[in-house]
Amino acid sequence: MLTLKHVSKTFHPGTVNEKRALQDLSLKLDDGEFVTIIGSNGAGKSTMFNAICGTFLIDSGAIFLDGKNITAMPEYKRSSSIGRVFQDPMKGTAPNMTIEENLALAHAKGSRGPLAFAINKKESAYLRDCLAEFGMGLEDRMKTKVGLLSGGQRQVVTLLMCTIVPPKLLLLDEHTAALDPATAQKVMEITNLLVERHHLTTMMITHNMSAALTTGTRTIMMDDGQILFDMSGKEREDMTLDELLKMYSAKKNQTFDTDRMLMTE
Amino acid sequence: MGSLLTLGTLQTAVELGVIYSLVALALFLSYSMLNVCDLSTDGCFILGCAVGASVALTGHPILAIFAAMGAGIASGFITATLQTRFGIESILAGIIVNTGLYTINIFAMGNRSNLSLNGTDTVFTMMKSALENTPLAPYYKLMVGVLFAGAAAVLLILFLRTRLGLSIRATGDNVDMVRASSINPAHTITVGLCFSNAMTALGGCLLGEYQKSCDINVGTGMVTIALAALIIGETLSRSRGSIARRVVFVIIGSCLYRIVMAIAMRLNMPASALKLVSAIIVAVAIAMPHLKQSFGDHQKKRAAMRIAENETEESVC
Repeated sequence: MLTLKHVSKTFHPGTVNEKRALQDLSLKLDDGEFVTIIGSNGAGKSTMFNAICGTFLIDSGAIFLDGKNITAMPEYKRSSSIGRVFQDPMKGTAPNMTIEENLALAHAKGSRGPLAFAINKKESAYLRDCLAEFGMGLEDRMKTKVGLLSGGQRQVVTLLMCTIVPPKLLLLDEHTAALDPATAQKVMEITNLLVERHHLTTMMITHNMSAALTTGTRTIMMDDGQILFDMSGKEREDMTLDELLKMYSAKKNQTFDTDRMLMTE
Repeated sequence: MGSLLTLGTLQTAVELGVIYSLVALALFLSYSMLNVCDLSTDGCFILGCAVGASVALTGHPILAIFAAMGAGIASGFITATLQTRFGIESILAGIIVNTGLYTINIFAMGNRSNLSLNGTDTVFTMMKSALENTPLAPYYKLMVGVLFAGAAAVLLILFLRTRLGLSIRATGDNVDMVRASSINPAHTITVGLCFSNAMTALGGCLLGEYQKSCDINVGTGMVTIALAALIIGETLSRSRGSIARRVVFVIIGSCLYRIVMAIAMRLNMPASALKLVSAIIVAVAIAMPHLKQSFGDHQKKRAAMRIAENETEESVC
């Protein structure tokens, strides 16, 4: 479904701030795979997502999505087949527009003419039903401005916006990191529900090591713009949290952030 | 009030308010919706006035309206292109176009700095003869304004409910989210500015025909005046409720601004002071929410200080 071939990206080349963010990175995702990505800050996880989404053009290499070379395609065109949820709940929605208007805009992706009315009775009912399924009571607040919602509620709206027209690829960039544990769990449940239903090929960045092993079908660890290890199937099933942390420390050859280790329990 | 405002001056104020409301509606689209401060408004207003007057002088008053709007669209397209294709900051793009338009406007008036429309057929003279011998006859100027501003308002409201209109609103609100919805923000900014500048130019065209003259200075400070009307309208509607409600309040805001100006005139203020008055109105209107907040915070701080004076840390807890 998604193939990265020898992708490299260097920021500020030739200056003291030179940062080789992606180094000859190659990765292949099969249709319907759910990959969790771990790695320390600055490892290149989000940069890889930005490269896939087209936030910047890569220096060398190629990116294919569903057999199509999207390396040079502008960001807004790629987004018709890529859904992305950020850590910051503010990023995915327009705060001064209502829940209904936000969803309608996402739902209209590519379909119908630009001068068709965005919301009619049928559309309104459909969007309401989509939201009602999550059981968060948001369906009764369709005319509420999104800016008035809590972070968790906004993340749920963003998730629905990203999947209301099922994308070929779903990118989740630590999308539960800013939420309290209970809300994070709820958002994760909704994520799993949507991924399974639409059989979405998904990549999820997380700092929660146990979630990285229990969620999805495959786990990769990144460091310094490269993939350190990549495991799936039996190997991944047999992996314990301790072993994973040891592997990480061994590869990194440095002590691990104890706070973060505590958070993974 | 009666001594400050006669019925006649009130009527004139509302006539002007309705005509100028077209520019306020243009800023409602570009400033409130698209979050672009379009500083080409002054030049575009004169452009509409100049093109409209020139075409009207050839004996085509209806064509003049469309020609002015077409010129406005072209001007908006250039402003938008400078921003979206050439990476020029939106405020700077507006200033550049505004400067260039000065020359274009002189050209449009046939290398002159003013035109007279005395005795020329305009939409106002057409309305006057259409309404002759009806009870509405004394209000023919108002009717023209209401007709055009009403049509523009209805079109704007309907447009903002379309998918494209929704994308334009989202562009001003969260441009990343627009890109994520596979909409090109360059496209929405261009369409939005073309639409808003068409309204600005229409306002200029109508004002020229209303005053039966066009002058190269007629648009000076227009952006401030329109902003004043917009802010008054948005303050009254508290930027809440449906788009339709907010649009209606923008038109009301424009009329209120003109009434305030009419009162200022009655107070024997010299005409040259009006620009200062409008600048003060805009500054006060925009600063009001912030001042309210600071005042509220000040009260809270004083209350907190009082507690600190009277009680020790233990007793508060």
